[in-house]
Amino acid sequence: MQFSFLSFITQIGILVVALGAVHRPLGAYLAKVADDGAHLRFERWIYKAAGVGPDSEQTWKGYARSMVAFSVAGVILLYAAERLQPLLSGGRMASVDPWVAMNTAISFITNTNWQAYVPESTLGFVVQMAFLAVQNFVSAAVGIAIAFALVRGFVRKGSDSLGNFWVDVTRITFRVLLPLAAVVAALLIVTGVVQDFSPSTVHNAITGVSQTIPGGPVASQEAIKELGTNGGGYFNANSSHPFENPNAFSNIFEVFLLLAIPFSLPYTFGQMVGSRKQGYTILTVMAALWLIAEGIMASTIAAWPNLGEGLEQRFGPAASGIFATATTLTSTGAVDSMHDSLPPLAGGMAMFDMMLGEIAPGGVGSGLYGMLVLAVLAVFLGGLMVGRTPEYLGKKIQARHMTLAALYLLVTPVLVLVLTGAAVLIPSVVADAPSQGPHQFSELLYAFTSGANNNGSAFAGISASDPLISSLMNVAMWLGRVLPMVLVLALAGSFAAQKPIPPSPGTLATYGPLFAGLLGTVTVLFTALNYFPALALGPIAEGTFR
Amino acid sequence: MNVYLRQLATSFRFLAVATLVLGVLYPLVMFGVGQVIGSPEANGSIAQLDGAPAASTLIVQPVPEKENRLFFPRPSAVKWDSTTSGASNLGPSDPALAKAESSARAAIAAREDVPASAVPLDAVTASASGLDPDISPAYAQLQVPRVAKATGLSVDEVQHLVTDATTNQVLGLLGQPAVNTTKLNLAIAARLK
Repeated sequence: MQFSFLSFITQIGILVVALGAVHRPLGAYLAKVADDGAHLRFERWIYKAAGVGPDSEQTWKGYARSMVAFSVAGVILLYAAERLQPLLSGGRMASVDPWVAMNTAISFITNTNWQAYVPESTLGFVVQMAFLAVQNFVSAAVGIAIAFALVRGFVRKGSDSLGNFWVDVTRITFRVLLPLAAVVAALLIVTGVVQDFSPSTVHNAITGVSQTIPGGPVASQEAIKELGTNGGGYFNANSSHPFENPNAFSNIFEVFLLLAIPFSLPYTFGQMVGSRKQGYTILTVMAALWLIAEGIMASTIAAWPNLGEGLEQRFGPAASGIFATATTLTSTGAVDSMHDSLPPLAGGMAMFDMMLGEIAPGGVGSGLYGMLVLAVLAVFLGGLMVGRTPEYLGKKIQARHMTLAALYLLVTPVLVLVLTGAAVLIPSVVADAPSQGPHQFSELLYAFTSGANNNGSAFAGISASDPLISSLMNVAMWLGRVLPMVLVLALAGSFAAQKPIPPSPGTLATYGPLFAGLLGTVTVLFTALNYFPALALGPIAEGTFR
Repeated sequence: MNVYLRQLATSFRFLAVATLVLGVLYPLVMFGVGQVIGSPEANGSIAQLDGAPAASTLIVQPVPEKENRLFFPRPSAVKWDSTTSGASNLGPSDPALAKAESSARAAIAAREDVPASAVPLDAVTASASGLDPDISPAYAQLQVPRVAKATGLSVDEVQHLVTDATTNQVLGLLGQPAVNTTKLNLAIAARLK
């Protein structure tokens, strides 16, 4: 297959125009949802059913407690549903292996959607539709809720509260995600994505070939899988399966969907803090990193002479590279090509995208709060360089804030590097792997990068159902989700308690090209310094010495 | 601890509501919507042959090895089994990949009676889903003379059917040009009747 530059540039152009058109209305709507003082009638009914007092606000600790409890409850529910599958499916599907069930439960609660199972043979439509897909909605809502809480931390003055977790999750789920998903699912059906409940049998009289054509509630799940940057495929082949992604239209539409909310949230941020230029500065950095990453990915693919393995003919190299970049820069992890078979440097680029911390534009919510933590770091470094007191949005950055920000930024790299290191020391993991040499190391590095960043895509040659690997992945996914969220809430709580300081002539401007450049540089340098040695042993070694 | 237990109870109650609305009502409503606005698509894009369901136009249909009257699809890591899906996941520098490609290339060159260098890459590489029904226009052209000879159809007639099964220019630009072997083979089968 040939890389088509014309196809690449056309698709990027369409995406830029489409995202440019939706980020304002969607971002403004999200801000309204975050700050609305009134409850809708069906929301009151939900609060009553769940036993929530919607008008009481929570401290950062209360907010964090609700988030952790909700995540633990989700894991218990999903694990139980998978183990009790024979009951739920009327005996048609077997109970899921305990290791795989736990891995899958954690994976879907943490918005990772790492899949250590083959859905077609492991999970019937009941467990996928009524349990996994529900987490696709609410885990996305939790991510956005944490972003709202952090932004409120910047906005509030001398306050000890950050909002109400249950109100935020309810509104994001039912006012934003559900209506969007319904419209998107209908459009996906028109492109050819299936939405039914039974397989069909077909028979070709000329060749004598009979086939069972799978069915399932795919479109409804596909919609929220992309919109909520989840990425868990209804089928094993994920978005490369013709029933999840039937043609090049549905393909570019799905890329748009997984970028839409993350690229709208900076506008929400600008609106909430009352300064659009602050929002546009963040948006500019995200967009620039995305476009640069798309360009590098395209050039690594175009340079490879042997394209075809793991690619679908209807998409081809250009569309697959665009999808691979968007899915790893967000926390989606859906794939329309098999990353394991991408050219070595393209696979390395997919890893680097995740290693950036998924902030360009990142997962729903997690992209914004990740970028804002990096902004705090950039303000601090900028302050050091020019000898000014670091301030961001009227809040003074103090030792406590830098401690929390530094811990946030170190959680993921520590998880990735320590767990990859641990995995390569386990003889059975190394001996069982189908690949050898640098590519084998790449498969493990990719897995833990994907897990700790809650992405969920894979170099799928790895034996993911191995109990040792799946246990280490559980640690990566759980800590990679919960620890950063708790640290962000602590940071938000501390900022909310502060009285703002009026800007003085000595204040470093945190908008405009200069600050955007500083923020982008800090992000890339920080990532490169953390991960370059590991990347050198994997994709760079494989791509350079062949 | 009491606080955590209360939050857990709230979580389970919230999840019960969410499961009902998002996990049951939403997919059922979308099923209903799908039956109205896109019934063939929502039900798997099933195509008929002689009035009986014969294939899904989106899913590859395997062609028996000696069936020279039809167009062969790409290799598949799941052996074209539509009840599963998946890829080889071989690394780009894996020797097994190069070996599989060169043996497939030799077999196709012999079957189509062309030099090995004329065989395009999509013909010798497995797709991501294993269910890709599409081949490149180049691979289709390679197969036209054999199909024409085996079916007794004229080359022009076969070319015409290939064009009918080729993606339009917009899809070719957003993805890449592709010939759908499932549609194409059904069209040929209809002529053979």
